Amino acid sequence: MVVAEGQSVSLPGEWFPGPGCGYHDRTFSASHAMDSTAAGAEHPFEYDATAEPGPRLRLAGRLDVHAVERHWGPLRRRARELIRQGQGMGAVSVDLDGVEYCDGAGAALLHALEQDLATGGVEVRFEGMGRMVREQLAPYRELESVEPARGVHGRGWWPGLLDGIDRVGEAAHSQFSFVGELTRAIGSSLRHPRQVRWGDTLRVAEAAGFQALPIVSLIAFLLGVILAFQSAIAMRQFGGEIFVANLVAVSLFRELGPLMMAILLAGRSGAAFAAEIGTMKVNEEVNALKTMGLDPMRFLVLPKVLAGLLVAPLLALYANMIGLIGAAVVMQGFGIPWVAFFNQVTSALTLSDLFSGLAKAVVFGLVVAGVGCLRGLQTGSGAASVGLSTTSAVVTSIILIVVLDGVFAVLFYHLGI
Amino acid sequence: MTDSRTSRVDENSDVVIRVRGLTMGFDDFVLMRDLDFDVRRGEIFVILGGSGSGKSTLLKHMIGLYQPLAGHIWVADADIAAADGAQREAILRRVGVMYQMGALFGSMTLLENVRLPLEVHTELPLEAMDAIARARLQLVGLGAFADFMPSEISGGMQKRAAIARAMVLDPEVLFLDEPSAGLDPITSADLDRLIQRLARTLDMTIVIVSHELASVFAIADRVIMLDKESQGIAAEGDPATLRDTSNHPWVQRFLRRTDSDEERPA
Repeated sequence: MVVAEGQSVSLPGEWFPGPGCGYHDRTFSASHAMDSTAAGAEHPFEYDATAEPGPRLRLAGRLDVHAVERHWGPLRRRARELIRQGQGMGAVSVDLDGVEYCDGAGAALLHALEQDLATGGVEVRFEGMGRMVREQLAPYRELESVEPARGVHGRGWWPGLLDGIDRVGEAAHSQFSFVGELTRAIGSSLRHPRQVRWGDTLRVAEAAGFQALPIVSLIAFLLGVILAFQSAIAMRQFGGEIFVANLVAVSLFRELGPLMMAILLAGRSGAAFAAEIGTMKVNEEVNALKTMGLDPMRFLVLPKVLAGLLVAPLLALYANMIGLIGAAVVMQGFGIPWVAFFNQVTSALTLSDLFSGLAKAVVFGLVVAGVGCLRGLQTGSGAASVGLSTTSAVVTSIILIVVLDGVFAVLFYHLGI
Repeated sequence: MTDSRTSRVDENSDVVIRVRGLTMGFDDFVLMRDLDFDVRRGEIFVILGGSGSGKSTLLKHMIGLYQPLAGHIWVADADIAAADGAQREAILRRVGVMYQMGALFGSMTLLENVRLPLEVHTELPLEAMDAIARARLQLVGLGAFADFMPSEISGGMQKRAAIARAMVLDPEVLFLDEPSAGLDPITSADLDRLIQRLARTLDMTIVIVSHELASVFAIADRVIMLDKESQGIAAEGDPATLRDTSNHPWVQRFLRRTDSDEERPA
């Protein structure tokens, strides 16, 4: 049942048996400030302005939010005209006797009028001000003497620059602290493996590793298919389709497998780590851990980092295998049988290809899990900061992965790996 | 069981909210059965009850967030449980709600939080919306903190800012979920005065969920007391009268803050 504005609504007699209930006499629909036309149809807001014998504004009816929507500009312009007409008079009378309802918006308009006229050097005399208008207007007048508790404008570039440097310094400090504490925690876990929360570690490993298998399978398979297909088209011109196996195997094992796995891990698990720890930070659960004497690094971060270290090489290896299967399926279409393809793969790959890729995967796993936890612990307060932490975790992880991949490429080249 | 119907508000005054036969719960779990009560225009109406008795759940039914298992809740001119989208929106524009934890948007300043309902529901110029939002913040004593983020102010200040946001559209009914919980006595008393001022001078009807007895005795025109055991209203009326005259042992224990083994004072 949609209630038309200005329309009284008939309700079942059982609920509203008549005048005693009052609903039919003063329904919500008929008389409230937020219902403009309903109210306005009975008592429309109106004003008139006269310059003689003295400048005078008369307001009447319901001064509600809808009246203010219509009259905010025109009424103030009319008041300014009055000032011009009545220059030298020194005062304008505003007759509020006919105002029967005034909400917060109405009071805002009255206060704006008052200020407009005061700016023109004209005193305003409100006449016939009722209790409701007085109450609504009170906070506007109080605000005139309120100083903001903190300046928000005009800080200047120098303090802003110093603040910026300060923030960068703090961020660098917290990151170095985190790396130091994490290294210490990992070292401690090697010396005292029983102190590690292996249950949590395996749970995280399951979530980050086993549960990621479907998406890793899909992406790796398609990657193998695309890689094989694109290179096979070119290779066919030279009758060298069989060498697609070499290309796909080496690029997957050395480069694409670990890289793709790391990006998936960052988007899936790094973000989850940041969101989980960030929410705990917002809810003061991290503080609760500290006050109970539990080190958040050992309790929250270490299981996630160890899980990252554990699952990253396994996921990379799995992605490599699935990628090869994808490539092998494509090569069937180019007349390369399964046996020939995998025979070519085993002859093309060396152990250094395998282990260089897995070493990178371990480092990527460490970076993704570490960055996720760091951003989680750096979360400020409020829901928005959890979102910022999550975004920051993914972006930082991906940047670091790509940069580290470049570093590994140069390093392996010089080491002859 | 209804003990009393004494109220400072005229019994014949308008009914703003009418609840009949309300049964609420979740799936097979029934929390309250066959609740009947009215909220009258201009009164401060408090829903009292122990922890887990369903006070906040009842409030959420009254604002249409939860669907009742049975019964009707008439808010404004419609059964809010049966209201469709447009009608529900029309009803909700006439009510303001302050949630237990404030529920301010953390990414917005206090001013932006309070201004948001005006931006959504009105076509006022930005200058006017800013002025109204600042005045509402001043009304709750936060005029100087308009540019602060919610995370930069205390829990009590957040609650007051949430009240400012709830009443920025001058609602006919203001729902407050545990407004005094967790506040110091002075802030709580300030909040009580603010609530009374809103009801007495701006003619708002205020529905409060609370178990802060000092606050309830100070401001409530009428209370209903939800009893978990009987799954119904144990008492209804003016809180002081209930405390002095009710024969219901649980009501007595609750309003006099005595434990279950303690004798009722003479």
